[in-house]
Amino acid sequence: MALVTANNLEKTYQIGEITVKAIRGVNFSIEQASFVSFVGPSGSGKSTLLNMIGCLDPPTGGSLHVADQNIARLNRKQAARFRGEHIGFVFQDFNLIPVLTVFENVEYPLLMVQNWPEQKRKKQVNDLLEAVGMGDQANKYPGQISGGQKQRTAVARALVTNAKLVLADEPTANLDGETASRIIDLMKKMRDELDTTFIFSTHDPRVMRNAEIIFTLEDGKLLQNNNGGSHA
Amino acid sequence: MLNIIKIAARNLRRYQRRTILTSALITLGVVAVLLFISVTGSFKDMMVGQITDSMLGHLQIHRRGYLASIDNLPLDRNLNERQVAKVKNVLSNVDTVESFSMRIKLGAMFSNFTETTNIRLNAVIPEQEVKTVPLLQDRIIEGQKENVLLQKGEILIPELIAKGMKVKVGDSIVLVANNKDGSVNGKTFTVGGVLEGISGPGGRDGVIHLNDASELLRIDGVEISEIAVRLKSMDDLPPVFSRLKAELATIKDKQDKPVFELHTWEKLTPFYNIAQMIDLMTFFIKVMLVAIVLVSIMNVMIMAVYERINEIGTISAIGTLPGKIMALFVTEGFLLGVLGTVVGTIISLISIAAVNAAEITFNFGRQSDLLLAPVIVHGDVITIGLIVIGISVLASLQPAFKAARMDPITALRHV
Repeated sequence: MALVTANNLEKTYQIGEITVKAIRGVNFSIEQASFVSFVGPSGSGKSTLLNMIGCLDPPTGGSLHVADQNIARLNRKQAARFRGEHIGFVFQDFNLIPVLTVFENVEYPLLMVQNWPEQKRKKQVNDLLEAVGMGDQANKYPGQISGGQKQRTAVARALVTNAKLVLADEPTANLDGETASRIIDLMKKMRDELDTTFIFSTHDPRVMRNAEIIFTLEDGKLLQNNNGGSHA
Repeated sequence: MLNIIKIAARNLRRYQRRTILTSALITLGVVAVLLFISVTGSFKDMMVGQITDSMLGHLQIHRRGYLASIDNLPLDRNLNERQVAKVKNVLSNVDTVESFSMRIKLGAMFSNFTETTNIRLNAVIPEQEVKTVPLLQDRIIEGQKENVLLQKGEILIPELIAKGMKVKVGDSIVLVANNKDGSVNGKTFTVGGVLEGISGPGGRDGVIHLNDASELLRIDGVEISEIAVRLKSMDDLPPVFSRLKAELATIKDKQDKPVFELHTWEKLTPFYNIAQMIDLMTFFIKVMLVAIVLVSIMNVMIMAVYERINEIGTISAIGTLPGKIMALFVTEGFLLGVLGTVVGTIISLISIAAVNAAEITFNFGRQSDLLLAPVIVHGDVITIGLIVIGISVLASLQPAFKAARMDPITALRHV
């Protein structure tokens, strides 16, 4: 069974008297442990699609199932709970909480969202920090580490809840080439180790090169995909 | 909850200058209120204590209509022996009554054999009077005797008359008074002491023995102008007043009207109006404190939400429930309130101790060199603390609600 399935998915925004169709009848499915990239020019609907998959924005038409859940039926609170349980996020600007250390940032979802017991929580955080190469930076604050280290921390935070799906919106946009490659390698490694599905929206050719499935969007429509994804 | 407190505390530390400024404002408000309450409250308590413990007692019983003409000190409205006995009987059945003192109030001519002036007098049974108004003895600034207020044949004269008439302790004076029939009588007294004058009714009255007054006024048997009552605790005043009023109301005269009238100290002294004014001012100072806390916390929390929109979007996106986001911001406001309250209370207590150590004196009315001795009770500190912390939480609710309701996508897009 696919992890993400979209059927005739639509998203329409009403801006004053103007109706904007951001996503127009998109169909696709993504299997578990995929490494997927949505590409396309600005305004093509990449971020909108990612937001819908991430339960941040409900669809206005069609259906979207993520981890067997029709997310169109979730209310605000249920959507937050669903995100906390199943989805991890990696942001372009890292979005770490500045008053928390690297360890505490990664620990945050387990502590504030999932209420894991202390021993189990600490082990999980330490294991992930080691896995992303941030074990020796655990007590530093975001302001004391580099951009690459921040994004490693963000990847660890996205994975710490054993999320089935990690959504990354332009994860390498603020990183230099070498650091961006390392982050992509890290994500692939984590996918291989944890069977987590990674879905990106990106312009970055390095990310596109590494993606196993690429969906191309234009004017809210899915144009093509390659390498094993499916869309109708 | 502990984690929310930890994150909230760190957020406050992140915006250190703003936190310091806001909590300093709250601290200032708390200090102002606590100092005001302690100084005015102590002044009020001192004055009320002086008035009730050295002059009026807590309650007074008169024959009906006496109080309306008290300025004339009418002798024809005294209580007779039978009426006094009834009052005694009623009072003796009330456990919360500590003591009572029977008085004849009269006006007389005071002569030092060269000059004459008017004097208002309280004629008392010294043992009863000392029990009922224990601070009266402390008002004797010259000629004080241990355990005895005054002997028969002695008079305690007010300070102003002693100075004006150049009379000293041990001097002989003559009191001349009209009795209720209009006949005049005189009697020689020895000045037994000089009384410090205090503010309020009776604060500049002289004191003589009840038996001397009976002799001077040619009273046969028992006649009493007023009965002052002291309670074991001032807190018992409302229930005792109600009970006594009900019981005394059952005693009626031939016209089927109540014989007695009963008044609390509040009705007998104009200082009660000052005390009420102090309470009103305290109330308005508290309102100002509430306004300071409300505006400053609300302002700082609105700013905190505005500056952290992106952060709110992040924690919302990773699954933090709206309730927890709200709790995070409310806790920040709560901690600001606690910080301001704790620091303000500490500064207030130190300031109160400093004022006490400085032994500052002030004048009130004709009283001079009154010692400013502010005290603050736990109840006031706790009340102010709870008000400040409560208002801090209240002021944080709107910004916190806004943060909790924020759309994560809009918040994440915010730069």
